[in-house]
Amino acid sequence: MMNNMHVTAKVNGDEVEFLCDPRETLLDVLRDRLNLTGTKEGCGTGDCGACTVTVDDRLVCSCLMLGVEASGKSIGTIEGMAEEDTLHPLQKKFVEHAALQCGICTPGILVAAKNLLEKNPDPNEQQIRYWLAGNLCRCTGYDKIIRAVQDAAKEMREAS
Amino acid sequence: MNYHTPSNFSDASAIASSSKGKTRFLAGGTDVLVQMRSDIITPDDLIDVKKIQGVKDITKNKDGSWTLGIAVTGAEMSEHAEFKKAWPGLVEATDLIGSTQIQGRATIVGNLCNGSPAADSVPAQIAAGATVSIIGPSGERIVAVEDIPTGPSKTSLGKGELISAIHIPDRGKNAGDAYLRFIPRTEMDIAVVGCGVSLRLDNGIIAEARVALGAVAPTVLLVDECSKALIGTKLDETALKKLARAAENACNPINDKRGTIEFRTEVAGVLAVRTAKKAYDRAQGK
Ligand SMILES: Cc1cc2nc3c(=O)[nH]c(=O)nc-3n(C[C@H](O)[C@H](O)[C@H](O)COP(=O)(O)OP(=O)(O)OC[C@H]3O[C@@H](n4cnc5c(N)ncnc54)[C@H](O)[C@@H]3O)c2cc1C
Ligand code: FES
Ligand code: FES
Repeated sequence: MMNNMHVTAKVNGDEVEFLCDPRETLLDVLRDRLNLTGTKEGCGTGDCGACTVTVDDRLVCSCLMLGVEASGKSIGTIEGMAEEDTLHPLQKKFVEHAALQCGICTPGILVAAKNLLEKNPDPNEQQIRYWLAGNLCRCTGYDKIIRAVQDAAKEMREAS
Repeated sequence: MNYHTPSNFSDASAIASSSKGKTRFLAGGTDVLVQMRSDIITPDDLIDVKKIQGVKDITKNKDGSWTLGIAVTGAEMSEHAEFKKAWPGLVEATDLIGSTQIQGRATIVGNLCNGSPAADSVPAQIAAGATVSIIGPSGERIVAVEDIPTGPSKTSLGKGELISAIHIPDRGKNAGDAYLRFIPRTEMDIAVVGCGVSLRLDNGIIAEARVALGAVAPTVLLVDECSKALIGTKLDETALKKLARAAENACNPINDKRGTIEFRTEVAGVLAVRTAKKAYDRAQGK
């Protein structure tokens, strides 16, 4: 039986409407219904953080939230990070520091790191490591990622 | 699967009571969705409790006690400075649940009702003397947290019953609580042993004590013998030795890849001592 539900939400500031089966996760909805494939699926069980998005400015694993739960919420994904062709400082620093290889973990890490810097513009290394403990990377090793976040934070502090 | 968003507890209870199949309540979904995704359960009726009024509130009552809504997340508890100051042990236990992303969704009521013997916030809830309000087909009742879990993945909640609020008592002056767990890593792992302790002192002497152990038996345990070892003492060496023995004696753990029976039993004693010291320091305002 198909009992699709109608959902209205905001994604990266834009109002969106979609129909979805109540069993579909927000991750499925973003990728398959809204064509926002920047958000990745790693594990599907909350362990890897590749699917990280913000919901009303709070980090969540989109694989552990239903699409129907997004009703009335404001969702932020990696697609909302760059402004047109201008990369966000975090994105720029990830490229500069080679803080990615295959890139599957990168959208989730960027969204999580941006959320951290909004709350704490000057986190120390330990704070960054704990904040990102739910974002796994199987390629790069975490040191480059941490350095890229620190460097971006520095640049953002100097710019503001 | 039918997805429901009731706006009050009696509707939520009515939907669960009249369901012909499997029901689950949806709080943060960090257990339910994992179980749905791995086909452990496909509910026929999934009842989202987050649209019910007041479920996000953290309220300090006139008598100094606290009432937490059932959809308050771990992150919201950690960010509430006054609550964190009142019950640091409960907040640190909750904060251990998963990553930043999990903290944005997970609730302590979900942690309790999922029924895992290793659930991190549950020993801290029990040590705190927390109780829950339950709404069901035959009305409302209030139950101590330690009486909710009855075995792995099992609770004493009947068909159509759900928790509507969690109550944490006024702790009084010169009191403190703490929670520690042992895991092989530093983050993102399941407790091999967890221990929650809450103490109240009278002139430096322990007047009240509650000690709860997680992951060493089919349910989280409130250990009266541990309380007895502490009450009337200043947490001297003899009291700590008795506490460790009582904690070891309460253990009835499993052997698994995370720890053998012997290991878990020994760690329970060590952890009880460390947690009691931390709670005692907090009770003294250190
Ligand atoms: C990556 C990851 C890491 C984790 N790490 C930890 C950890 O370190 N420690 C730990 O203890 N847990 C951990 N968990 C498990 C889980 O996050 C916690 O148990 C969490 O507290 C569950 O809360 P929830 O709100 O998400 O529950 P949900 O998944 O929404 O619900 C859980 C259960 O409770 C029931 N329920 C919910 N609300 C009510 C209610 N009001 N009345 C009656 N029944 C109700 C539901 O029917 C369901 O059976 C982890 C999970 C993941 C995915
Ligand atoms: S895909 Fe969601 S946490 Fe791994
Ligand atoms: S770059 Fe491949 S997983 Fe991180």
